[in-house]
Parts: sequence; structure tokens; C-alpha cells
Amino acid sequence: MERPRLIREDGLRHDGRRPDELRPVKVSVGVLNKASGSALVEYGATKVLAAVHGPREIPLRHLLLPDRAIIRCRYHMLTFSTHERKSPVPSRREIELSKVIRESLEPVVMTEMFPRAAIDVFIEVINADGGTRTASVTAASLALADAGIPMRDIVVGVAVGKVNGVLVLDIDEVEDMFGEADMPVAVAPSLGMVTLLQLNGVLTREEFAEALKLALRGASQIYGIAREALRSNYMKVRVEE
Amino acid sequence: MEAQEPHRILVVPGEAFAEGDYKISTPGYIIRAGNKYIATVVGLAQINEEGKELSLIPLEGCYVPQAEDLVIGYVVDVGMTSWEVDIRAPFTAVLYAVDFLGRPVNPAREDLGDYLAVGDTVLAKVEVFERNRGPILTTKGKGLGKIIQGTIVEISPVKVARVIGRKGSMHQLLEGETGCEVVVARNGRILVRCPNRELEDIVIMAILKIEREAHIPGLTDRVKEFIIREKVKRGLIGGEAKTN
Repeated sequence: MERPRLIREDGLRHDGRRPDELRPVKVSVGVLNKASGSALVEYGATKVLAAVHGPREIPLRHLLLPDRAIIRCRYHMLTFSTHERKSPVPSRREIELSKVIRESLEPVVMTEMFPRAAIDVFIEVINADGGTRTASVTAASLALADAGIPMRDIVVGVAVGKVNGVLVLDIDEVEDMFGEADMPVAVAPSLGMVTLLQLNGVLTREEFAEALKLALRGASQIYGIAREALRSNYMKVRVEE
Repeated sequence: MEAQEPHRILVVPGEAFAEGDYKISTPGYIIRAGNKYIATVVGLAQINEEGKELSLIPLEGCYVPQAEDLVIGYVVDVGMTSWEVDIRAPFTAVLYAVDFLGRPVNPAREDLGDYLAVGDTVLAKVEVFERNRGPILTTKGKGLGKIIQGTIVEISPVKVARVIGRKGSMHQLLEGETGCEVVVARNGRILVRCPNRELEDIVIMAILKIEREAHIPGLTDRVKEFIIREKVKRGLIGGEAKTN
């Protein structure tokens, strides 16, 4: 792939967004009926489906904890989610992301309400265009909320990157590939808590502070959309005549 | 605040919906952070300004057993001296043979599968549920025991309260309007026994309607209207059905 012009002369990004602009975010909750909870989240062309089962008993007794539930999380990319076919076997990257997403959810889920149980979160990336882990965090926490599992807050993810020396919000695949830095962040906005912070590439201290601020701003926008999606599920049901 | 209808707000996890000093009547669904009160599930929050009390009715969620709850369970395993019963909770429940049969059993001489086999349905009460072990059921009590007849409707456990209604009003309506026997278990399984198939269909449709529209006010009146309309549609005129 040829290196595209990431920042145009007019200061806009390769897809016409302002540096602090999100891709169009679409959220729908409760899209599956066999799972306890589910959510479909789209950040631009990135599309992620999350389903939650449980809390439930599992046969693997040695995993269970006496004082709280365990969360088991699987992040997986579908074979057709990328340009070239992705092998369905969980890769090193997917196993790592599963752990990272699980750890970003654990601080908000009130697992102490279900001792000796397990909560299963399944995440499938349907279409990957950068920012799949952040979209996965958002989808997973909405699916948990849809399952009625008590949570202190909804976690939303958003990434900040640096391309051509400019800090940009919600980077896509091209910007991630040719940019200088990529920083995924997951935030619980009401609690003012950051539950995931990774940084790939190099940022100065000042740039980092600026990037985090940008991420928090982006997260609060997504948070608003996410809350509205949870609510609209109930607004939609009207009295049938 | 309004006097009669309590003020309800639709809340989502992480939403601070009250500030000040309140008592929390539904712990687990509301947490306190500083002097703010945060909802932890999607639900309807109710603020009682007089009693300084907050409550939250969840709209989603699984069944969490509590002592004295009436439940309908399916036997999933037959043990030496007890059965394991699925009650739609995060944990399978235990029903001891001593309790069910009312006498001690000798596992060497008796096979518990003769009394309750896998797949059988029992109406039971939760006797105890402690955090360190699974719920224990009891079938001692009027009408409890193996279910041999009727239809079971499954709804979301959090909507059970609406099928019962305030002081049992909805439950009375369902039974009174159709002449069916309706047993509402806390875990979202409802046993329906009806004099005929048409009435059974109506009750089931009414229950599913309650589940769908649980969060919209004026439910009892709508359900009553619905039942009457369905009865007219099927040629079971109101007066006739009531004599059942």
C-alpha cells in the first residue's frame, strides 16, 4: 500500500475529518436474542459485535473465585474482517487483546455480587478498520449493561494517534499504519477513571497530556451516544394497539 | 413531588440520578459515590422525597435467589440423596430427598430417579441461599412439589413483579378474567393451568404483553382491555367466561 497524504493542506485528515473529530459512531444494543446481552458498535467502517452470557456456573471449578465472579473475555477477528483472510485461530495479538479488554472491564463490573460464577464476554470483529480494541471495549460494556449485570459505569474506548506530527482522535487503519503513534484509551467517564491506556510509538510528555485530554473528550462524546442507545431500547417499545 | 404516581426515571449504569442523603432500598442496584447516587443497571429509578428513600427496578438481569422465593425448576441431575435443579440462577439449586419425600432415604435401596427424573418440573421454595454455597430448595408447603400438568411460560425474571402487580392486582386480573390458575414463580417461569386451549392462549399472550410493556405506565388497564378483546375475537363473550 502506498503511503497516502495523512494531513492535507487544508489541515484536514485523509478522510476529510478534523483532527479532533470522531468517525461516525453507531451503537445498537440487544441485537441478539440467545445471549443475555449484546451490542453492535460501529466506529466508521470498524464494526464489532459483543455478546455476554451469564453470570453462570461453569464446570471449571478451579477457575472460580469464592468472593466474586470471574470475567472471561474472548476478542476474535472474523476471517473476512481484514483485507487478507485472517486465520480463525486466535493469534498472539488476539489473546493479548482479550486480556487487555477484560482488564478494562473488571474495575467497573460489580463481580462481588455473583461469587463463584462466571461472566462470559464474546467479541467478534466483523470489519476491521483501526480502533477495533476500543470499539470492542465499548461494545463489551454495553453488552454487559444489556445483560443487566450491575456496573459502576459504562466503559467506552477511543484511540488517539499522531500522524505527520498532528494529534488526531479516533485513528483508522491507514493512520495507524503510517502514523507515528497510537494510543488506545478506555474511560469510565462518570467515575473519572481510565481503565485502559496503551501507547504504541513515541509522544513527548506535552503531547501525551494533550492526547489524553483529546481522548477524554472523544470518550465523553461516545459515552453520550452509548447511553442514548441503552435508553432508546426502551423508548422504542410503544404500546401496541 | 407528585402525590400518587411515584416519579420514575429511566436510568443507565453510571448515571447519577440523585444527590443528598437518602436510604437505598435496593442495594446492589444503587451505589453511593460522595453524596451522589449512581445506578448500576438499566432500570427505573424511583425517588421518594418524603421517606428519603431511593429504589431502582431493573429492566434487565438474571434471577438472583432469595430465601422464601417461589421458583419453578427443572431437574438436571439425580444424585444419591438429592437432586440438582435448574432455577435460572447463576447457580444450580439443590433439593434434598429428605425434604421432598418427607422421610430419610437409603441410597442403597432406593433410586431417586423413580421420584423425580431428569427433565421433571418442580414447584419449590428457596429455603436458604448463602453466598458460599448454592441455593437449597424445599417442597414443604401447600401446592409445592412435582408439576404434572399445565403450561410453563418463561419471561425475564426482572419483569415478574409486573405480572404480580401492586398487591397482586395483575395476578388477580389474569386469573379473574380468564378463570385460569396462574402460578407466578420469582425466577420468571409462570405455570398456567386453564380450562381450555383458547383461554390458555389468551393468558400466555397477555403475560408476554406484560413482559414487553412492563416499563410503560397504565399496564393493568391495557391488559384487561386486551383480554376482553381477545375473548370477543374468539367468541368467548365476557360474561360467559367469567362464570368459569
